Amino acid sequence: MKDMDADGYTTADGRRIGSVVMEMKNITLRFGGVVAIKDISFDIREGEIRAIIGPNGAGKSSMLNVISGFYNPQEGEVWYKGQKRPPMKPYQVARQGIARTFQNIALFDGMSVLDNIMTGRIRQMNAGLLAQAIWKGKAEAEETENREAVEKIIDFLEIQHIRKTPVGRLPYGLKKRVELARALAAEPSILLLDEPMAGMNVEEKEDMSRFILDVNDEFGTTIALIEHDMGVVMDLSDRVVVMDYGKKIGDGTPDEVRSNQAVIDAYLGVAHD
Amino acid sequence: MPEQFIWGMEVFANGLMAGVLYALVALGFVLIYKASGIFNFSQGVMALFAALTLVGIMEGQVPFSHLINAVFGTEIHHFGWHVPALAAILLTMVVMVLLAWLVNYFIFRHLVNQEPIILFMATIGLAYFLEGFGDIMWGADIKKLDVGLPQGINGTIDEVTYNLFGYGFFIDNLDLWATFIAILLVVGLVLFAQYSKHGRAMRAVADDHQAALSVGISLNFIWVMVWSLAGFVALVAGIMWGTKSGVQFSLSLIALKALPVLMLGGFTSIPGAIVGGLLIGVGEKLFEFAIGGMIGGATENWFAYVLALIFLVFRPQGLFGEKIIERV
Repeated sequence: MKDMDADGYTTADGRRIGSVVMEMKNITLRFGGVVAIKDISFDIREGEIRAIIGPNGAGKSSMLNVISGFYNPQEGEVWYKGQKRPPMKPYQVARQGIARTFQNIALFDGMSVLDNIMTGRIRQMNAGLLAQAIWKGKAEAEETENREAVEKIIDFLEIQHIRKTPVGRLPYGLKKRVELARALAAEPSILLLDEPMAGMNVEEKEDMSRFILDVNDEFGTTIALIEHDMGVVMDLSDRVVVMDYGKKIGDGTPDEVRSNQAVIDAYLGVAHD
Repeated sequence: MPEQFIWGMEVFANGLMAGVLYALVALGFVLIYKASGIFNFSQGVMALFAALTLVGIMEGQVPFSHLINAVFGTEIHHFGWHVPALAAILLTMVVMVLLAWLVNYFIFRHLVNQEPIILFMATIGLAYFLEGFGDIMWGADIKKLDVGLPQGINGTIDEVTYNLFGYGFFIDNLDLWATFIAILLVVGLVLFAQYSKHGRAMRAVADDHQAALSVGISLNFIWVMVWSLAGFVALVAGIMWGTKSGVQFSLSLIALKALPVLMLGGFTSIPGAIVGGLLIGVGEKLFEFAIGGMIGGATENWFAYVLALIFLVFRPQGLFGEKIIERV
């Protein structure tokens, strides 16, 4: 990481990363007596691909759920766009521009690919319930306008051929892509990906990696992702947070993290004495 | 043309009309079931409650007057004004939206992710509560409802059929209107569900709560909206049934007729509710006409249920319902 300062830094491949868009300060999350996340702080900067990695049960998904509002931490603060965020419901967080995907895919199976992606546009559609019911003027224009935006994303992710197919009938890899499309449709400030490559074969992983990089490149979307596959993470991300047993044990560029002794111990195991 | 056949056609037409009314109640069931997985046993009582409230508002009745009089020894019954039908319908709709909000706030908000049977029991409780509440609020006497819908024999149909068959069909104007309004309602609902933001959000919530939250849909808002829609359908059904046979507490029993309608049509299909309603309406009228006489009549009371039973054996998901395939 070169020239790290308050305004950002320049990545190894020459991309300029901006200022902090989200900051987690001393987050602690407990489920009864179990401490899932213990006093973790890190930030996410504009335009970067930030990864959270760690062995099973490290608390990665819990962290993602804290960011997206599905869990509210007992201690600590979440700062978003320079403001402290009060405890929120997930749908409120989503409306603030934080979109996410799920580890085990949460799509609307009965709806077509197009409709699924259209639901992602809810943040951009403001026509009231009555206007919708009467279906006139503003609501109609809005529908057309958002439909165009969705078509662009469909083109971008190369899923034109399945536009009208009910999602329930699609194979796993395509479902993952549709879920990414739905999250993208929201034009999010931060895109959260929960194990985007889980359960994929090598080809599908390569496709997904390409899409993640393209999304970041084309739209400048800030991406925070959780991933198991170390190789993939190291290739994709600009900075990596490493978690183990709910604690942060490393934070830095892939190279820094790779040579961190605590990280090596966590992944490879170490003799306890 | 044989006389029997012509009479049969008239019975058929009347059966279609009766079927429309069954379908209207069934429609309310389907809406809530699709959007929240709740089988709303109180749909029929909601129709009754809506009709009671409408009459009460139109006649300027004092709500809870019996209770007030009993407690305070007063003798008040009416405010002494009459509200025009259209304004009263709008006010009743406001009451139904309020009811939807209360139902969600006090009951179903707390029962998220519960077993379907628990939700079902809650709606049974709601049905009893609403029936009693409607009674206390507006009184138990049979009321006449007239919102200005035309009633009586339709002259044109009578004339045309007389010229064709030498026998004039008796088709009630009210039934024709009910059909027309039901068609509007169904087309409107389908368009709303398929092509609007909130309709899409409604389907999304029905499909997956977590995913719906993650794209910014408020579950509570959608649930209140769906119960309001069901309230609206109940109001329409209440107006039709109330105008036809007076607003009375037996109105809530039509909800039971909606059950076989749903078994025929499928619990998850809006067109299914309509087709199911029509089939039951026509079926029970024709059966009574053709066979009822031979076996002592009054077949309309049980025909629908037996038909539903047969369907349960051979096609449990109904005509249009989704076949549930469990993966082992």
